[in-house]
Amino acid sequence: MSSVISPTPDGVDQYFWDGVARKQLLLQKCAACQALRQPPAPMCPECNALEWDTQEAGGRATVYSWIQSHHPTEPDAAPRIIAVLDLEEGVRFVCNLVEIDLADVSFGMDVELCWATYPSMTQEADQILPQFRPVSGDK
Amino acid sequence: MERNLCDQAAIVGIGQTEFSKNSGRSELQLAAEASYAAIKDAGLTPADIDGMATFTLDSSDELLLMRALGIQEVNYWSRAPFGGAGANTTVMQAVAAVASGAAKHVLIWRAFNERSGHRFGQPQDPGTTVGWNWYLPFGLDTPAKIYSLTFQRYMDRFGYTNEDFGHYTVVARDHAATNPAAWFYERPITIEDHQNSRWIVEPILRLLDCCQESDGGVAMILTTPERARDLPKPPVLVRAITDCQLIHGHVMFNYYQDDLARYEENYRAAERLYGLSGLRPEDMDVATLYENFSPIVFMQLEGFGFCKEGEARDFIREGHIGLNGTIPLNPHGGLLGEAYIHGVNNILEGVRQIRGEAANQIADAEHALVAGGRGGMILGKG
Repeated sequence: MSSVISPTPDGVDQYFWDGVARKQLLLQKCAACQALRQPPAPMCPECNALEWDTQEAGGRATVYSWIQSHHPTEPDAAPRIIAVLDLEEGVRFVCNLVEIDLADVSFGMDVELCWATYPSMTQEADQILPQFRPVSGDK
Repeated sequence: MERNLCDQAAIVGIGQTEFSKNSGRSELQLAAEASYAAIKDAGLTPADIDGMATFTLDSSDELLLMRALGIQEVNYWSRAPFGGAGANTTVMQAVAAVASGAAKHVLIWRAFNERSGHRFGQPQDPGTTVGWNWYLPFGLDTPAKIYSLTFQRYMDRFGYTNEDFGHYTVVARDHAATNPAAWFYERPITIEDHQNSRWIVEPILRLLDCCQESDGGVAMILTTPERARDLPKPPVLVRAITDCQLIHGHVMFNYYQDDLARYEENYRAAERLYGLSGLRPEDMDVATLYENFSPIVFMQLEGFGFCKEGEARDFIREGHIGLNGTIPLNPHGGLLGEAYIHGVNNILEGVRQIRGEAANQIADAEHALVAGGRGGMILGKG
């Protein structure tokens, strides 16, 4: 199994990685105008409010673009599929696709959230990551 | 009338080291050698320099470079953020400095051991930069991968294949083959060579779609058009210049705008450049376009209006970007053929073309478009 780089959370994205540890995909939501923003920001670009909350993503998305790398992070690591996803909530999210062959990925295909635990290249503890897989019956 | 930076500054000196894969000396020394060559080319002495600009990523300290060169007093500093887009930004900062009177003669340099030292093409160091947590854990850690997620949408929109991109590489290597300063001097390739090179990101980028990793330094000197007239080399006017970054962008991409198949920053930069200068794509005699990867050339040929959206493949196949074409492109070989000095070497080629001293000189070049996607400039005779 590939090992992965663990994130180094800062004041802006700590909530996200805390959520990941509980296997929750959290999106930042403006407390004033309710706009979702991913990646997060300390101020809402729509209304400039500082107050924010989180909303748990429903876990469904469609594939916008994807690649498989032949220049993996570690020379011996199994190549991973990396995709730009359109989450059903209307924000983009970069993630991996699993349980699918590269040749079977298509534009706009429906995928669903799942979770995986990988050895980490940068910390002793394993790393939990959100992943997406074809929607059951859609593979 | 609205004020702008058109025709407010001239590039009066250029200098460079050799381009290699292992310079054998410090980045500060490369910076000093290139800078001194540019100062001499301008007919100035180090004591004439009172402004300095480079990239935030450049490792050379301004004060150490001053001391090495013998620059006595500097009154203006600036550094440009980001990667290759910073090449255009340094010039814009220097233009603004001399136009406003903040400085008289601004030195721009960029020097690195980007092959024998830190290689940009390798995976991003873990945990170094705020904002990378959204990409590094998922394995999105090299420029080739990062750009390919955009290129894939572009290829799909217009039905382009990797082989189509290879036809740009063949042209770039043809041009480099007759430029003695190019790393790939006298080493042209065929489309078969391109197609036989290994995949970097299948099915988007092969090895020969990627720019080089190079060691070397380049530098230039800017001053006002009035002062330029008293200097020995034919002045090269910055006819117009602009940067363009849009909301939601990241250093190498903007996955968060609607349509990744359209290089929106590029279209906006083009609109501004042509609007400011009153010039049109057909007024350009030569162009140098930043190409970290070959597909970005196709997007820019369309974005800067040399052909219509989706027509870059046929435009290149029909020979329009060759030395005898309608818009000779990267006559020095570009970042694929000459060297990767963060795109600043592309600006130097624009200067040489307008002066009439390029290795692959385009006859009577009056205007050069020198651009890097998220910004660009038009150079012209002073």
